[in-house]
Amino acid sequence: MAIGASIPKIDSYTKVTGAARYADDLKLPRMAYGRILRSPHAHAVIERVDVSRALAYPGVLDVITARDLPRKYGIMPTTQDEYPFALDKVRYVGEPIAAVCAIDEETAEEALDLIEVEYTVLPAIGSIEEALNRDDLKIHEETKRGNIMKEVHLSFGDVEGGFESADLVREDTFYFEGTTHAPMEEHACVADCASDGKVTLWTSTQTPHYVHREIGKVLQLPLSRLRIIVPPVGGGFGGKCEPFAHDFAACLFALRHGRPIKYTLSREEVFYCHRGRHPVKMLLKTGVKQDGTITAVHLQTFLDGGAYASYGLATVYYTGALLTVTYKIPAYKFDGMRLYTNKPACGPKRGHGSTQPRYAFECQLDKIAEQLGLDPAAYRKQLAIEPYSTTVNGLRVTSCGLVECVEKVVEASGWQQRRKHLPTGHGLGVAISSYVTGAGKAIYWNDMPHSGVIVKIDRGGGVAVLCGSSDIGQGSDTMLAQVVAAELGIDVLDIRVYAGDTDLTPVDLGSYSSRVTFMAGNAAREAAQKLRTLLIEAASTILDVPSERLTAGSHRIFCADEPEKGVSFIEAAQQAEATHGTLSAVGSYTPPKLGGEFKGAGVGISPAYSYTACVAEVQVDPETYDVKVEKLWVAHDCGRALNPTLVEGQVEGSAYMGFGEAVLEEQVFRKGLHKIPSLLEYKLPTIYDTPDIISMTVETLDKEGPYGAKEAGEGPLNPIIPAIANAVYDAIGARVDSTPITPDKIARALKSPTPGPSPVRGRGEPERDFTPNLSPTRRGESSKEVMPR
Amino acid sequence: MTAISKQLMTFRVNGETRQVAASPTHTLLEVLREELDLTGTKHGCELGHCGACTVLLDGKPVLSCLALAIEAQDREITTVEGLARDDNTLHPLQQAFAERGAAQCGYCTPGFLVSGVALLAQNTNPTRDEIKAALAGNLCRCTGYTKIIEAVELAATRLRKEHEMTAST
Repeated sequence: MAIGASIPKIDSYTKVTGAARYADDLKLPRMAYGRILRSPHAHAVIERVDVSRALAYPGVLDVITARDLPRKYGIMPTTQDEYPFALDKVRYVGEPIAAVCAIDEETAEEALDLIEVEYTVLPAIGSIEEALNRDDLKIHEETKRGNIMKEVHLSFGDVEGGFESADLVREDTFYFEGTTHAPMEEHACVADCASDGKVTLWTSTQTPHYVHREIGKVLQLPLSRLRIIVPPVGGGFGGKCEPFAHDFAACLFALRHGRPIKYTLSREEVFYCHRGRHPVKMLLKTGVKQDGTITAVHLQTFLDGGAYASYGLATVYYTGALLTVTYKIPAYKFDGMRLYTNKPACGPKRGHGSTQPRYAFECQLDKIAEQLGLDPAAYRKQLAIEPYSTTVNGLRVTSCGLVECVEKVVEASGWQQRRKHLPTGHGLGVAISSYVTGAGKAIYWNDMPHSGVIVKIDRGGGVAVLCGSSDIGQGSDTMLAQVVAAELGIDVLDIRVYAGDTDLTPVDLGSYSSRVTFMAGNAAREAAQKLRTLLIEAASTILDVPSERLTAGSHRIFCADEPEKGVSFIEAAQQAEATHGTLSAVGSYTPPKLGGEFKGAGVGISPAYSYTACVAEVQVDPETYDVKVEKLWVAHDCGRALNPTLVEGQVEGSAYMGFGEAVLEEQVFRKGLHKIPSLLEYKLPTIYDTPDIISMTVETLDKEGPYGAKEAGEGPLNPIIPAIANAVYDAIGARVDSTPITPDKIARALKSPTPGPSPVRGRGEPERDFTPNLSPTRRGESSKEVMPR
Repeated sequence: MTAISKQLMTFRVNGETRQVAASPTHTLLEVLREELDLTGTKHGCELGHCGACTVLLDGKPVLSCLALAIEAQDREITTVEGLARDDNTLHPLQQAFAERGAAQCGYCTPGFLVSGVALLAQNTNPTRDEIKAALAGNLCRCTGYTKIIEAVELAATRLRKEHEMTAST
């Protein structure tokens, strides 16, 4: 049985031998090379771009600018605010201006210096406050008030009454610093075009279908003549969910010149492409009864979105939507606001938009537990949402292993025995979380399936599985093979998975929102089951026994009650082909219709939610305030582990990434320039930094998941950061209330140790006097009274 | 247009002698990937930060993005493509990486494998600290290093068994 087996990933063998060919490993005859000129200014009007000297440089084949691609795009259909290359204005340092295409990379690089660009530099907006207050300085002319890209106001239940009935109301301000994905592979692509005008793009992407649509739109190319192929992807984490300038430029060059071209970004360029975690300022107010029961929650979020929309429309909703799926919350108010600033655009990063408020809420809950004299772990169990219930904002919760997750990490960490008895400087902290198993809506709303799979059987017994998914290392190809192997009763070695090819594979929306196992897994199962039925019918004919008695396994179709009576898989397949013709079947998955009727109800809905709990153990140096995270115990409800080793890998990787965000990493800028755009200075955790990670699995067998499976790729990140923050408080009594938790912030917090609405100021974070009572306006209302002073 | 002429260089790569014309300014990484088509060796920064480009020079791990190709002439270069044995069986560390799920996206994997093989060639019974010391120059963004450490330990155990069997025959 392939389900639940820790088989090696089917692509392991090409990855451990160096045979796997990533985008930058591709080489085609006559291939040209490209480099991109990027803006040195955070905000400037482009007065003139003169590429004539670059074009005349020996070896240069073409130079592409915004004049060649003057059409807007954007991943969300309603917020398309970006050109592949800046048209008349640059809005962040690193924004693409022009692409040089040359016979080799060095020539392309040299020719960049020959492009003349005249700018009129404008003042740049660097913070949430400035973005709000500068009505006179617009990054995008279209914004109505200040530089607000999107405002959201939602209210559910009796919020006022809830706060009135509370015995304790806590208000805190939190700041979550931006971070970036930093996948080990820099973005790269190769495009080619034959003289028939059909373009093929091999690109390192998580979302081939969305890239297909956007490139087709900007190049005005029928999608039938554009093919996107995903080679092995060297990590994504949300950073490769959109087309980038190099993708557009490569396709245009190939189309114009009928020859291939490759673009590979430098590491510094990857830091400027970004689309990573939004810095978010959060004002959080929670009312509780004396026993800790929550009566109402009001969350306000202010997202520093960077210069463009990217996925930001979804992100701002996500900062509000998922706070309700872990605890019983009877009344909930959410006000969110995403602002444009002159920095690289933020977008989705592992935990998309839910990571920041989860951090805030879990830290505040710890403060409440302390004030009420409750054990923080037991308190979380007390508040835990019921399985198969509906949240106040209309989210349908199905399977939920939250209580079991808390119990597992409490037991494994020795929480009860150790917590109050650790020496000074040592601490334990707990936090929990939840995450979607796939977004309930596609990026562009439509009624078509979110995932499709084709399975075909050849006469030799080989099975091909075709799916538009993109394996970014999480093992989605292996998951598909395991599902089909289980249904057809064959070995994964007899299966080949063809994924991420818009010509050959049916659409899967992509590797984002932790959707692939659930959605593509269900689609694969449906397709394989159709073929299984045909094989069993065929065997029934050969053996002259009723179908009900037959089952598939060990490359045979046989009688379950008389295993020696059976036929080989190949024999059954050939008989089935003789009866029905060529053997192939399709499967699709479409999520059920979920959620409320209000505007914004499309974000947060999911066919299932995963749950996670974490206990962190830290040691804080009493003199240097250096935080050493010793150990992380993480228990994750993934529904069912289809491949336990791969699930552990996702949990461990998420824990690692959360650890990095908690104490080390920050995507910060000085006058629009990234302060630390290298892997060394950005401080990716090394093998020495990374704590011991103990991962545990809770299986709740979700009724709608394939074999009960939910997600594991993102959810486990979310509780890590608050667990560490709470452990730091337990260790040394410092509430920093902003990330990353660094020694300088701890030192300042210890000097003014009042935990409350005014956290210490970090390096990239908003002003201390940021007015907490900021209630964003509804459309049409006066904005005067709500603008912060 | 590069003004510097290419030079003929001779390398010993994965046990084979190979001759290529390359610019003396080019790094070993560039020559391996672009002239010799050994694209198993990766780049994550080309600044010596990430370790993805690690290869062995005379058995010692070296960052090929910081080494000039011209200086690697006449030395024994081993890349990830040279780790599997001649009979198409994997090095025990490669096998362990596959079994333990130590390669997720796989991009950092060649560098880790090469560093790990160098460690195991010296020490088939490394402690966790010794493993960490040997791999501290390699960054991984997917695994949290847990499965990588486990894979090195698994390979070490198997190598010790292999050695015992060889010794007893």
